[in-house]
Amino acid sequence: MANNHHSTPMLDELENGPWPSFISGIKRLRDQHSDGRIQGMANDLLGQLEHSYETRKGYWKGGTVSVFGYGSGIIPRFSEVAKSFPESKEFHTVRVQPPAGNFYTTAILRQLTDSWEKYGSGLITFHGQTGNAMFIGVNTENTQAFFDEINEYGFDLGGAGPCVRTGMSCVGAARCEQSCTNEQRVHRTLMNRFTDDVHRPSLPYKFKFKVSGCPNDCVNAIERSDFAVIGTWRDEIKVDQAEVKAFIAKKGRDYVIDNVTTRCPTGCMTLNADDTLDIDNKNCVRCMHCLNVMNKALSPGDDKGVSILVGGKRTLKIGDLMGTVIVPFFKLDTDQDYKDLVTLAETIIEFWAENGLEHERCGEMIERIGLANFLEGIGIEPDPNMVIHPRQSSYVRMDGFEDAAEQFYRRKMEEKQAAAG
Amino acid sequence: MSQAQALRPPIESGCPDGFQYMHPVMRRNFGMWKFHEHTRPGVLRHVSEFGEEIWTVKVGTQRILDVFTLRKLCDLGDQYADGYVRFTIRSNIEYMLADGSKVEPLIKAVEDAGFIVGGTANSVTMISHTQGWLHCDIPGTDASGVVKSMMDELIDEFRAHDMPNRVHITTSCCQINCGGQGDIAINVQHTKPPKINHDLVANVCERPSVVARCPVAAIRPALVNGKPSLEVDEKKCICCGACFPPCPPMQINDAEHSKLSIWVGGNHSNARGRPTFQKLVASGIPNNPPRWPEATAIVKNILKTYKEDAKDWERINDWIERIGWPAFFEKTGLPFTRYHVDNWRGARNSLNASTHIRF
Repeated sequence: MANNHHSTPMLDELENGPWPSFISGIKRLRDQHSDGRIQGMANDLLGQLEHSYETRKGYWKGGTVSVFGYGSGIIPRFSEVAKSFPESKEFHTVRVQPPAGNFYTTAILRQLTDSWEKYGSGLITFHGQTGNAMFIGVNTENTQAFFDEINEYGFDLGGAGPCVRTGMSCVGAARCEQSCTNEQRVHRTLMNRFTDDVHRPSLPYKFKFKVSGCPNDCVNAIERSDFAVIGTWRDEIKVDQAEVKAFIAKKGRDYVIDNVTTRCPTGCMTLNADDTLDIDNKNCVRCMHCLNVMNKALSPGDDKGVSILVGGKRTLKIGDLMGTVIVPFFKLDTDQDYKDLVTLAETIIEFWAENGLEHERCGEMIERIGLANFLEGIGIEPDPNMVIHPRQSSYVRMDGFEDAAEQFYRRKMEEKQAAAG
Repeated sequence: MSQAQALRPPIESGCPDGFQYMHPVMRRNFGMWKFHEHTRPGVLRHVSEFGEEIWTVKVGTQRILDVFTLRKLCDLGDQYADGYVRFTIRSNIEYMLADGSKVEPLIKAVEDAGFIVGGTANSVTMISHTQGWLHCDIPGTDASGVVKSMMDELIDEFRAHDMPNRVHITTSCCQINCGGQGDIAINVQHTKPPKINHDLVANVCERPSVVARCPVAAIRPALVNGKPSLEVDEKKCICCGACFPPCPPMQINDAEHSKLSIWVGGNHSNARGRPTFQKLVASGIPNNPPRWPEATAIVKNILKTYKEDAKDWERINDWIERIGWPAFFEKTGLPFTRYHVDNWRGARNSLNASTHIRF
């Protein structure tokens, strides 16, 4: 066969070394795939990528491509150097929502692979930074057909643009002893309430849900999502004193002092002379460190729920923001609890949709209007758990203070009465 | 073009149910796990309250998978495991098995096939990264290439788990930083204002949106050569590139002047302290394809210093908090410059308003 392969001396360097090479993978598509369409696409993709490596510039531009009925989910890419690399001139990505927790069987992966091979480039990433399965490289004509095929067996597109984006959740209760909530249910309950807002961008900017089963926050929810749901508990850490003793027998008292009790951020742990461990649970902030170190001896309590933080995001435009505590503890057991969670998300998204500026993330809006105004807008009362410390500046108009204090006392009394029945 | 039949309305099924793809042992013991242990690097053993166990073998790949590679990964899952997998958020694939005796044969088969077992516990796990020149419309570099080059050199740390604590590295191809926070982050840093093609601005860009996008209000509408365009106050411009996505004629990427910066101490976990943002430690690093050796050298230096100096369980941010930033710069030999002193909003909170000084 005549070799019309683009020369790729720079990319070839990325075939060296022990880590698996994505360049070797693209070359396999070029050299070993039976479909001439995929061979040609891979060859021109390598050609354009080599051109980028030589000139240190990207050559893809956006555009408008979508599937019938949706306004998002496809990332359109048209080559700016299509004349030299015509067979990969349209190279769109299809963003597909993965199952919650990123669980797959090899059977469903094979089915997705077979579908993709019919229509696309043969390149897939599990997953992009938002959390989508990324089917990278399809032309405009085949986009609809690929979507139709995988949509028939249960897969739907993710978000792109100013809309609710694909969610993420950790492995959670499926395989982790630290899990304090049903991540699967939280993830799907929230995402699938907002399906319309995923597919039809009409919000100020992106809005992300992420669910971590405990404060280790393995899906980076606090910093990387607008609505972070983090599993936690409010009763006492469960201590298996026999396992504490076994741990000390193995590691020694010094190890426990150096790596557990003195690392507690609130100093709420005491290692007793008899090798038992006491915890002042009122002062535990659920940081997870001691549970991580002694995971056989210590476990989350039984009165589980979630903390909700709102407004995390990356740099653009005002700088990085962590989410802020909006609900310190949200019980998530009954169907009604889950309905209330959805209502809270609806209220926040609606308020932001009305008050956010174009291209302004929810956290940026909160920064602009102030947390107190945001709380008033969504009907949640201020709580000292929402701040690191109270106001430091006296430069504020406070003529409503007495009324606010009176409302606080009234609310507390009503809460007491309600609790008493 | 064939005569299209009526367009098919989508089934708006949203996020699929994960339970249907979950290992039966995990379904049975959902919410009932008791503890886990690390029997060797790359392997987790979880035990449930009912005494059942599930083994996990974590495997590093090239992330951008071709169909041959993906089918190979599936073949391994069928031949040596139970056909149930998941992907971590750092794109490692995890095989879940009920029978612990199958773990070693699986590891051997995976390694023989060219994949890398590791990434668990106190390892340097897979670098999470962005799309780069392969697919993004605004990239300053190719994260995939940076990551491949770096993982070639960090592979021993991926395979072991003897760092003081876990190390999460990220890369990003522009200053939007889709790669996110990391113990170490390697990100593009532009150093010159955009170069504007004034002939195209009026036709391509929605000018008010572009003006609004600038974080420092350095862009204003202007008539250039009789055409409506935009101009940049280059004294104010922070070279972030935020104007480039909505207005491609404002080219920010520059073969020479788009550099790499390295940031450390980003930590998403609440363990010990609250989550932290990463801090600038090195910049002016050449964007040097195809192997980016300068960036890798600095990352390896930071990792080596951390490994030697940090105590057990200290993430990079915990370690630096204990030893102080002067010691960090001294131990790594990295220069501390005026550019390390923050001047963005809230910067005052990062200044030392005390006599807490280590001598």
